[in-house]
Amino acid sequence: MVLILDLAVQGVQMLAVLALAPLLLGFTRKVKARLLRRQGPPLLQPYRDLLRLSRKEVVLAENASWLFRSAPYMIFAATWVAAALVPTFATGLHFSWTADLIAIAALLGSARVFLALVGMDVGTSFGGIGSSREMMFASLAEPAMIMIVFVVALVAGSTQLSHIAIFMQEHASLRVSLGLALVALVIVALAENARIPVDNPATHLELTMVHEAMVLEYSGRHLAVIELAAALKLLLYVSLVGCIFFPWGIASGEPSPAAYALGAVTYLAKLAAGGFLLVAFETSIAKMRVFRVPEFLGAALMLGLLGTLLLFVSRTF
Amino acid sequence: MERFFLDVAHLLAGGLVLTSFMLLYQTRMSSLLVVFALQAFVLTLAVGWQAHVQHAPHLYITAAIALILKAIIIPYALSRVVVRLGIHRSIETVGGISLTMLAGMGCVALSMVVMMKAMAAADPLTREDLAFALSVVLLGMLIMVTRRNAVSQIVGFMSVENGLILAAAGAKGMPLVVEISVAFSVLVAFIVIGVFLFRIRERFDSVELQVLDDYRGERR
Repeated sequence: MVLILDLAVQGVQMLAVLALAPLLLGFTRKVKARLLRRQGPPLLQPYRDLLRLSRKEVVLAENASWLFRSAPYMIFAATWVAAALVPTFATGLHFSWTADLIAIAALLGSARVFLALVGMDVGTSFGGIGSSREMMFASLAEPAMIMIVFVVALVAGSTQLSHIAIFMQEHASLRVSLGLALVALVIVALAENARIPVDNPATHLELTMVHEAMVLEYSGRHLAVIELAAALKLLLYVSLVGCIFFPWGIASGEPSPAAYALGAVTYLAKLAAGGFLLVAFETSIAKMRVFRVPEFLGAALMLGLLGTLLLFVSRTF
Repeated sequence: MERFFLDVAHLLAGGLVLTSFMLLYQTRMSSLLVVFALQAFVLTLAVGWQAHVQHAPHLYITAAIALILKAIIIPYALSRVVVRLGIHRSIETVGGISLTMLAGMGCVALSMVVMMKAMAAADPLTREDLAFALSVVLLGMLIMVTRRNAVSQIVGFMSVENGLILAAAGAKGMPLVVEISVAFSVLVAFIVIGVFLFRIRERFDSVELQVLDDYRGERR
């Protein structure tokens, strides 16, 4: 009975992230439009887009291989699992022992490999450009992510997100290393989600796009699955920041419906705050040149390294 | 409560190191000056916090000097100089930003190692403050080494001085006279350098230090 209940709670989390991801995307689009004094699409527009795309016919290039057809589902599966592992409203769920930061980084990395492969599969030049740029950014974003994992793991003594969240709840403190790790994680998140200083999610101007260039050949249900995976990735990073650095309200300890409800409400508030801050940052800054991006991501790597170094100074107390 | 004091002091001193890295990262003259003002502001906060923790009222005067002189007057004057010289656009660096960043990380690691070894007996607040101050000084010197433009070398020099003030605030018992004289010597240095900038420009039509070396017949 207990096992069934545990599995049910875990299932709720998996379905919740899936259901909330397009809503977060719609929320950011709406807020962005309002900040630019436009009306903007309705909040539920991403759901409608996904539904419409899933009903449409798939147009495949003649020389598309089996990889091209199967990769969207691989990307979606890896991203969904990663997003569902991050504690959202409660820690200590049934599968929380697998919610390891390194495992999540690895899942996202494998999704990225598939995406870069299918960008080159059909053989159009834009896909190739997108893949090469994605890999260039990834070669800096992933070491930065690992440095952030080091900082957090050295502070909390574990790479498991549940342990980290509980540790941060109990030992809330102003550690300079954690501040550096937070800034670095935000930079990595902006780059990974193709948000504005790195890539513009709303553009189809060929010379600047990275993520859109790779998925240019997709249509129909394949595109729907890939877009849903992108939305899940955004949700994953917002919940990761919330769970590591702002773990207040997450239900820990004895599970009870009241704690879960409180956790769910604070989680929604965190998502809204994260989405709003993201959009406010995006509207206040211009997209940078592609060859400036390695410097931007290098700053994240540097911050992670600096945070690790400073930890060895502050370890004495 | 003790722990909280330490955490905040640590955070502010770390913020100062971070602004030094931001100075290293900037490639535009105007944003370099903005970051320099930000660094002076963080220094003000750090020194003010030390004054509060150590119950040392004279440190508040140091903080006020840092705020007025270095966060407001010098950046404002420098930005006017930059506009008058017509160089408020781009500055080149020697060897690219990522290499400079790596060198900066090396400086921070070096100062940590040195301070942990040299000051093993001191209390943690002082020791860490000195470690951070040493890294700010080293990073300021790195800025002076990597930049070719005379104005950004001034910024590097001022940032070295910020590191010295941080060290002075962390070490208990630094007399106020010394701090005030340091502050005024920096101001005098700023005025002298400002005059020199215009003289250099008149003579060589540029504020690139490379031109001076070429004029003397030296080759890099």
